[in-house]
Amino acid sequence: MKGPVMERGSIESFWKQSIPLMERLGTREKLVLSDLLQPIKTSSSLATVKKQLKRVKSKKTVELPLNKEEVARIHREVAFNKTSQALSRWDPIILKNRKAEQLAFPLKKERAVFAPIEHVLRGWKARSPLEQEIFNVLHKNEQPVTDPLLTPVEKASLKAMSLEEAKMRRAELQRARALQSYYEAKARRERKIRSKKYHKVMKKGKAKKAVKDFATLRKVSPTAALEELEKMEKARMVERMSLKHQNSGKWAKSKAIMAKYDLEACQAMQEQLAKNKELMRKLQAPSESEEEEGGVEEDGLFVPDVVNEVQMNINGPNPWIRTSCTSDTKEAEIQKDPEQLPERLACENSESEGEESPVAEETLLKEFEERRSLRKRPELNQDAQPLGREETQDSSSQEVLSELRALSRKLSKEDRQSRKQQVNSVGAVLPVQREEPDQEEEPLLLQRPERVQTLEELGKEDWFQSTELPRPASQGQQMEKNPNDQPDAPKKKRKEHMIDLQNLLTTKSPSGTSLAVPTTVEELEGEEERDQKQMIKEAFAGDDVIRDFLKEKREAVEASKPKDVDLTLPGWGEWGGVGLQPSAKNRRRFLMKAPEGTPRKDKNLPNVIISEKRNIRATAHQVHVLPYPFTHHQQFERTIQTPVGSTWNTQRAFQKLTSPKVVTKPGHIIKPIEAEDVGYRSSSRSDLSVVQKNPKRLSIRHKRQLKKNSVD
Amino acid sequence: MKVKMLSRNPDNYVRETKLDIQRVPRNYDPTLHPFEVPREYVRALNATKLERVFAKPFLASLDGHRDGVNCLAKHPKSLATVLSGACDGEVRIWNLTKRKCIRTIQAHEGFVRGICTRFCGTSFFTTGDDKTVKQWKMDGPGYGEEEEPLHTVLGKTVYTGIDHHWKEAVFATCGQQVDIWDEQRTSPICSMTWGFDSISSVKFNPIETFLLGSCASDRNIVLYDMRQATPLKKVILDMRTNTICWNPMEAFIFTAANEDYNLYTFDMRALDTPVMVHMDHVSAVLDVDYSPTGKEFVSASFDKSIRIFPVDKSRSREVYHTKRMQHVICVKWTSDSKYIMCGSDEMNIRLWKANASEKLGVLTSREKAAKDYNQKLKEKFQHHPQIKRISRHRHLPKSIYSQIQEQRIMKEARRRKEVNRRKHSKPGSVPIVSEKKKHIVAVVK
Repeated sequence: MKGPVMERGSIESFWKQSIPLMERLGTREKLVLSDLLQPIKTSSSLATVKKQLKRVKSKKTVELPLNKEEVARIHREVAFNKTSQALSRWDPIILKNRKAEQLAFPLKKERAVFAPIEHVLRGWKARSPLEQEIFNVLHKNEQPVTDPLLTPVEKASLKAMSLEEAKMRRAELQRARALQSYYEAKARRERKIRSKKYHKVMKKGKAKKAVKDFATLRKVSPTAALEELEKMEKARMVERMSLKHQNSGKWAKSKAIMAKYDLEACQAMQEQLAKNKELMRKLQAPSESEEEEGGVEEDGLFVPDVVNEVQMNINGPNPWIRTSCTSDTKEAEIQKDPEQLPERLACENSESEGEESPVAEETLLKEFEERRSLRKRPELNQDAQPLGREETQDSSSQEVLSELRALSRKLSKEDRQSRKQQVNSVGAVLPVQREEPDQEEEPLLLQRPERVQTLEELGKEDWFQSTELPRPASQGQQMEKNPNDQPDAPKKKRKEHMIDLQNLLTTKSPSGTSLAVPTTVEELEGEEERDQKQMIKEAFAGDDVIRDFLKEKREAVEASKPKDVDLTLPGWGEWGGVGLQPSAKNRRRFLMKAPEGTPRKDKNLPNVIISEKRNIRATAHQVHVLPYPFTHHQQFERTIQTPVGSTWNTQRAFQKLTSPKVVTKPGHIIKPIEAEDVGYRSSSRSDLSVVQKNPKRLSIRHKRQLKKNSVD
Repeated sequence: MKVKMLSRNPDNYVRETKLDIQRVPRNYDPTLHPFEVPREYVRALNATKLERVFAKPFLASLDGHRDGVNCLAKHPKSLATVLSGACDGEVRIWNLTKRKCIRTIQAHEGFVRGICTRFCGTSFFTTGDDKTVKQWKMDGPGYGEEEEPLHTVLGKTVYTGIDHHWKEAVFATCGQQVDIWDEQRTSPICSMTWGFDSISSVKFNPIETFLLGSCASDRNIVLYDMRQATPLKKVILDMRTNTICWNPMEAFIFTAANEDYNLYTFDMRALDTPVMVHMDHVSAVLDVDYSPTGKEFVSASFDKSIRIFPVDKSRSREVYHTKRMQHVICVKWTSDSKYIMCGSDEMNIRLWKANASEKLGVLTSREKAAKDYNQKLKEKFQHHPQIKRISRHRHLPKSIYSQIQEQRIMKEARRRKEVNRRKHSKPGSVPIVSEKKKHIVAVVK
């Protein structure tokens, strides 16, 4: 440190002051800069040293530079973040392309460019001797080799023709023709316009023009104007013969023209107007009442005819005028013959009713037909339903209701079953083992022994189960009531009998008692058991498991039985129509009996239902595991069930369904996607220029290498 | 009185020419077609069978090289032109339509390590074991001219790979480091290193053209940014990556061909997990190339086969092999996405159809419709066992087949061992590592 030399005296005083410091040194305590500075503070002579010390204090030490690797790492991280951000702008496009129904490559549509042969040939030169020879020959014969490919003779002929004039003439002719046709078309168009208002306006315009002309004529040549006037008078007379009191008539119009110049005409006009007004006034009063009446009539039909008649007589003395003036023709008609009115209305009503009701019934019928065709019941197939209207309506509604009921029943049943199963697992003794028919496994191909007529039948399987549930249930109830009355199937009876026994067993299981056991304990046990049984009984008071199972089994058997197919065509070989049924003979003739299938495997097993839906031959072709993108088997089935081919689809749909995912053009180069293709702005600066602008870091090693190179 | 009479438009039922198909009026009411599903199934089955019957992918073999084919390059403007470099330093240019070699150049002494074409197609670059980079004209020398490179750059070390920028007069070489060269200069304008190991291949990103990817023999893949003149990130895999290829339709996706028989598709923004691991090869994968549509890629392997993978599937959809084809060293997918070329050890370049059963040539519209329909049917019924079985069936040479079996057993054994280890150790101490993450050692920032 280059400080000014201190005076000797001041130094001495300094040391005197710092005696305590020395003492501290002796105790080996740490010395701090501030300790040293303390004695300085008091002495004013050391100002410069103080300043320097302060400066030293205020300056911060520079941090050590990071090592190179760290710096490089930071650079890399920053650069990576930057680039990955830049790349993220492609995300939406890539997502779109991945999801696209169809991608057509090349992405950029190239415009076909026609290269004239001259351009193609321009860059080409004859090099081999043969080529040169050929070119020599060409040159000798003045054949052109390059642009343009025309011989001098051809060029001359081209020049001789002047297209300009011909073009001009043609253009003129064209214009004339176009104008003519345009006017013709306009005239035709105007003639064809059917709007009265348009013509009225046109006529008015013409009349105005005529007035103007007349005014000018009067000024120019009065005699001619007089003649014109006379002509008009004549026209007026003729017009008056027609006794029209309206301004819209020809006469009225001519009067309107004349009124400017003629007092009489003016008066006539006014008269006419007054008459017209009078007539109008006369007319307007009854028309209002008519409206009221109409309202009343519309409101209630109970207004007697007499009232109407009276009103008519009071208000409208001259029905003819009214008829001519009322705009509403229908009301006018009503007014004309008021006596007929209510009847007519009534009959109209009845007519409309008659019309409506068949329509409504037809729609209902149609609906019903649709429903029927959708879910063809076997019963309906076998004997045609009578087509009574009310009945159809009722039956359809009943059908809906029954379906609903069946559904709810099924739901509640399922609930109960699940509860029961739980109880079973806990330990309640229920001897009958239940086996649910596996409804889940539906073969995709739906191959069955029975003959299938229509698509609906193919997809009917589910419906059977849902709709046929309630019927057997009711049957079961009936059986419960009077089992002896059932005339059919002794086998069933036997089964029921057997299971009844078991039923008894479950409900009243005999308490195993023995004489050896003390009676008190026995009683207790018996009580406990009884309690339990009571509880179970109470819990399952409403349902009968065994009966349910039986029902289920019966349904399963029914469903798996091959069904008869009715091929009767109503009207085939006999008269057909509404209310007519195909004859019994025909029905018998066209009813295809289903073949007796093989006996069921669970025929002799009363407690088991063995599903026979599974067709072993078909399983080899069936999908057993739900494939990946599908989440539910129904989805998958639906995709399989919708046909793709042109046999089942219209041409357009077929094309749409079979359009390939990737389309390429043969013989076209597919270039990588570019920012411009997808509407992005590509970075304006080229990569090369950027690199050349910041040659910041040629690696050190490389630099060394370069140096070496230069040395070598 | 109005007289009504039947009138029919002959356009509705008369054919224009004898060659037209008869118009068949058709009722599309579904109730009239009860067996549509079974019928379509049968059609699909037939289509699948026919596809296998007509699957004859091998088109041609281009022979002429006197040593193994080491590298291939496509012409950017001409579909019919292909360039190949052999292990004896010879470069050949082929015409695919004529299936003939149209030009032969003795470009280097020793291997031709890399070959690439300029984006405009007027010239191409080669590097070889003689430490040179040479630029050649695409057109042959004129009559009586000598075959000479346009430029020659002599380097200090061997360049093991080369790739040209997609839009500008810049190319990149790799060897000890990645160098970016201006075509006009004899020294690199920029060179980037990260670690000290020989880099085996470098590839420019075709979309974001300033990006490069390289793979080195110390098992890593490094990404570079040419503009910022810095490496970006490095991922270290289990084994060495031989080459990478960028997806030409998706800017940040690339696929790496690895020595551990697998291919890894990465999203370059998230290198810690590959998007997909493609496994089917039974030996080191040596080369990979994307279809220009970006939907599939082809890989060449040391196991004497090439395989085609969909980008989003981990298993290959196709395997090509012939008796005579040895280790396949390089593979390219042509720019019209219809053909595949592969160069192999036994000096041949083979031309394959990318779609094995595709009919070549112009298709009539009816043929096209039938093809599309069959394709759709196959797709629709692809999950049905019979169809799946037939469409998946491939014949494999015994060596590959037995190796597949062997590897399956090995894999199963490894899995079992891991499961057992997990069973007998403290819960959580042997974590379940997904197949995707298993092969990634580290990502270095």
